[in-house]
Amino acid sequence: MNHQTFMPSTETIFERIGENTMIVNMGPQHPSTHGVLRVITELDGETIVQCKCVIGYLHTGMEKEAEYQQYLKCVPMTDRMDYLNANGNNLAHALAVEQLLGCEIPKRAQYIRVILAELSRIASHLVWLGTHALDMGAMTPFFYTFQQRELILDIFEMVSGVRMMPSWIVPGGLRGDVPAEFEPRLREFLKSFDNEMDTLESLINENPIWKERTYDVGILSAADALSLGCSGPILRASGVNWDLRKDKPYSSYEDFNFSVPIGRTGDVYDRYLVRMVELRESAKIIEQAIDGLPEGDFCTADRKISPPPKPEIDFSMESLIHHFKLYTEGFRPPVGEAYAAVEGSKGELGFYIVSDGTNRPYRWHERPSSFMNLKSLEILAKGRMIADLIAIIGSIDIVLGEIDR
Amino acid sequence: MVAETTTLQELLGERLIKTVEKHAGTYFCVAPDDLLETLEVLRDKHDYKFFSECVGADYSTWTHERDLSGRFEVVYNLLSLSTGNRVFVKTSVSDGESIPSAIPVFQGAEYPEKEIGDMYGIIFTGNELKPGERFMLPDDWVGFPLRKEYPLGGEDVLFDLGTKGPAVEDKSIPHAGESFEGKTGTEEVSGR
Repeated sequence: MNHQTFMPSTETIFERIGENTMIVNMGPQHPSTHGVLRVITELDGETIVQCKCVIGYLHTGMEKEAEYQQYLKCVPMTDRMDYLNANGNNLAHALAVEQLLGCEIPKRAQYIRVILAELSRIASHLVWLGTHALDMGAMTPFFYTFQQRELILDIFEMVSGVRMMPSWIVPGGLRGDVPAEFEPRLREFLKSFDNEMDTLESLINENPIWKERTYDVGILSAADALSLGCSGPILRASGVNWDLRKDKPYSSYEDFNFSVPIGRTGDVYDRYLVRMVELRESAKIIEQAIDGLPEGDFCTADRKISPPPKPEIDFSMESLIHHFKLYTEGFRPPVGEAYAAVEGSKGELGFYIVSDGTNRPYRWHERPSSFMNLKSLEILAKGRMIADLIAIIGSIDIVLGEIDR
Repeated sequence: MVAETTTLQELLGERLIKTVEKHAGTYFCVAPDDLLETLEVLRDKHDYKFFSECVGADYSTWTHERDLSGRFEVVYNLLSLSTGNRVFVKTSVSDGESIPSAIPVFQGAEYPEKEIGDMYGIIFTGNELKPGERFMLPDDWVGFPLRKEYPLGGEDVLFDLGTKGPAVEDKSIPHAGESFEGKTGTEEVSGR
């Protein structure tokens, strides 16, 4: 098999290379690349002169596939993009389609969406923390974080039957209401979560090895972050006060009190701190949402968008027709373009959808947050040691499923 | 949005093709040659400093009214962190035409523009893919998958005697309806 045909050559990827430098290839199967990221580095000793990311190893053509699917059938694909923050992706997609449809979502559904999205954010940040610490040689946090994540995945399983890819947030509301044991289970999780966070912080915050590896490493300036399109914790760690949940509230985020952490220098340690505060803030939002969870419907009353309740089908001909039409034909949003963004765990997560008035999207595109954030790696790693590259990749928090789609 | 429109009208005059209000924000439609100027003035004068993304679309099978006439549209999505407003700068090109790359204005444009180049074959001057180089796709891939005439493809349906395969009309398109299984080995997939 000739490798040259499908893999970019390590020799020709840079426009020019120095005389005494060495090209070292990292990935795509390297454990600290968090998936299948390939980084080609030019090294002068142990210092990185330049590096370049090679992506696409997980490309599955979801945007093409979506053009052949009804809107409702696009939902499961969104989970599989950023599989660590599946509910956030579902939410962004649902908001974009609802923007096209112009439909209102009941308050209860909005609150449950917030709870699910924040749980996803916590789960995603916990995976990030565990793996990031593992990269830096700290084994212990990994067990603590995955233990907590397991509890969250159990809650998802209780709600939707699926642990990682719930697809529970659909255009028009939710697929169903949460079960009765949802609230006690959630409260149980929240009760212990703060203590768990204390444990994690006591393990890492003042750890001399951790500080040595992360202090003043990979500093990203605010101007660079904006120009690169970096968002989320990376942007905030660079000192920019911007959070879509706060500044452009969607799905009733304006009802909740929470603070947005801002970093000072924008190094790897700041990004770590910002995410640690976000974890606690997310727990606060969930607590407020479950306290104030209103009664009501879990989906819009428009039968053209959301299916009728199952028992109604038995005696109402109208409902049967609606049910049948919705699952065979789907709904037809009016002609137009929509872009809706949410604050995902990795940054601004948006969906750009063009509708031509049929039941399938004409163009369906995700604004992948880690795809835009990844570009900063090439700038941050320049002039640093190769060990810092691992720390920086970890701090950017990438998910290759979302980058390649 | 009024201030932005006035600025752009002063800057471009007749060359500002259209200003449209849509669900997500205001769309400014400009010619590819005016793109950089537009992005720069929005960034510097109106604080649209956050480059959200750019996205391409192929309108070759579109039957409704359109803002621009070229086959492909590229939409640049900018966000102002001070006001929270979003503007979209839209430009369009026909097959084989090129758009100047937005990298001089926003560094982050590199990846999404390369992706659009890879998926649609639009050329971004200053951000071109090298000959034989692909961004997302394997380097030996032929064709541009997100174009409307490119078939979805898919796996072979077994035991159908060739009647129920993936819906493919045009057999001249590379990879049309092929199963890729077992084709990465000795068999040559493309002309390379």
